[in-house]
Amino acid sequence: MAQTQQPAQQQQRKIAAPPINPETQPFWDASGQGKLLYKKCAACGEPHFFPRPHCPFCFSDKVEWQEASGRGTIYTYSVMRRAPVPYAIAYVTLAEGPTMMTNIVDCDLDSIKIGQPVRLLFKPSDGGPPVPMFTPA
Amino acid sequence: MSIKGKAYIAGIYEHPTRLATDKTVPQLHAESARGALEDAGLTKNDIDGYFCAAGDMTGLGQLSMADYLGLKTRHIDSTDVGGSSYLLQVGHAAEAIALGKCSIALITLAGRPRAEGMATGTQPRAPERPMPESGFELPYAPATANMYAMAAMRHMHQYGTTSEQLAWIKVAASHHAQHNPHAMLRDVVTVEDVVNSPMIADPLHRLDCCVISDGGGAIIMTTPEIAKSLKRPLVKVIGSGEAPKHQMGGKVDLTYSGAVWSGPLAFAEAGVKPSDIKYASIYDSFTITVLMQLEDLGFCEKGQGGRFVSDGNLIAGVGKLPFNTDGGGLCNNHPSNRGGLTKVLEAVRQLRGEAHPAVQVKNCSIALAHGTGGSLGTRHAAATVIMERE
Repeated sequence: MAQTQQPAQQQQRKIAAPPINPETQPFWDASGQGKLLYKKCAACGEPHFFPRPHCPFCFSDKVEWQEASGRGTIYTYSVMRRAPVPYAIAYVTLAEGPTMMTNIVDCDLDSIKIGQPVRLLFKPSDGGPPVPMFTPA
Repeated sequence: MSIKGKAYIAGIYEHPTRLATDKTVPQLHAESARGALEDAGLTKNDIDGYFCAAGDMTGLGQLSMADYLGLKTRHIDSTDVGGSSYLLQVGHAAEAIALGKCSIALITLAGRPRAEGMATGTQPRAPERPMPESGFELPYAPATANMYAMAAMRHMHQYGTTSEQLAWIKVAASHHAQHNPHAMLRDVVTVEDVVNSPMIADPLHRLDCCVISDGGGAIIMTTPEIAKSLKRPLVKVIGSGEAPKHQMGGKVDLTYSGAVWSGPLAFAEAGVKPSDIKYASIYDSFTITVLMQLEDLGFCEKGQGGRFVSDGNLIAGVGKLPFNTDGGGLCNNHPSNRGGLTKVLEAVRQLRGEAHPAVQVKNCSIALAHGTGGSLGTRHAAATVIMERE
């Protein structure tokens, strides 16, 4: 299991619980079921992230939840060394188009590269729902 | 309608403190205001416009500051977009003065993150109330350093920019800071010193980051008529531009900043081009901030910033574009974690011929001050101000 191979220190970082509101409740409910959602506009066809009740491109309110495949590539990242537990923050571009902020986890932090394919997983947050993160595919 | 030549910077002051254990933030605002008034040759009751960023004080901070200072004004502005706020406020004050909404405007900045022991760059901070994006960012621990670091990482990937090239920006700042008795860091450093300093957030090293300092500053702006009645050298605002940039609904592109929009607005209003700029104050929260802004303002082609800043090209008396001759945020100070106001101060000193003789640019007729408030990695507001000596 990958879980047992990760450095012990990576298991210690507390992941802050996301603030949840009526707009984002469905997103976090889906997270609890292991699904990553984004929104797509039925008027102009553009997907967007983070999800909101209107399209940030054409401002239509005909936006619909979509489930992401969980495949993506690393657009950029940085390993924070000055933290009690070093961690990798990143932007991952989803196969469906939008780019989202995330963490790259369960891997050697020094091996992360821009352009690297990654796959979705979820990590528990501190008193909140599981949070979507990525690991090398 | 343009602000060109319709507002002058009549007074400036940079608070000398870098560690204000024994002073309050309002006190630093007040001492800075007094200094700028004395520089201009004006008094507190002359002020009829007050500009104070909301984030410099908590709550309705600007009202509390107006009360504390004892101001009676007919124009107020609490524009707050982070560190570049004061550059936007210079533009807004010029607009208000041009329209006759006020005639003597005061802009103040103050803060004491150092005395308060704030880990400015490395500690993730949640806003007082959640923002729309908070749920999709806070769990991932965005701090300040790792957000700018992600922009640097992408720039390196896309354009081949190197840590050594970024280091030259710090080297240039340190060459200038050695002449500034108030600067926090006065030792001249080398490229090797920068790249061998501890890694903070890959690829940014400790010496790629600005200092954490207490302090403050103030600016007095006024009409052409009043400026000409005062005894200080004449410095006028000839162009300004501002623009926010964000994640664009998921079309994230960290390789450029809002300077690609604010710069052309300011240059067009001023009727000048980058090659006309004799001195530039460029916000230097991190070395990458400088590099990207220089590219985006048109001082060099996109992707060529690394080459442009190398070999001392930003050092006064050595390179083509002297920058941050006070030592900037990288070496001098970064009061309240906000570097926009001090960028204006050093540009005014250069235009007045009052910079340190070792770094004074000869015939400094036109200067630019530019800043990025917020974060290059998520959302920021770019602001550009172009000033001319008369």
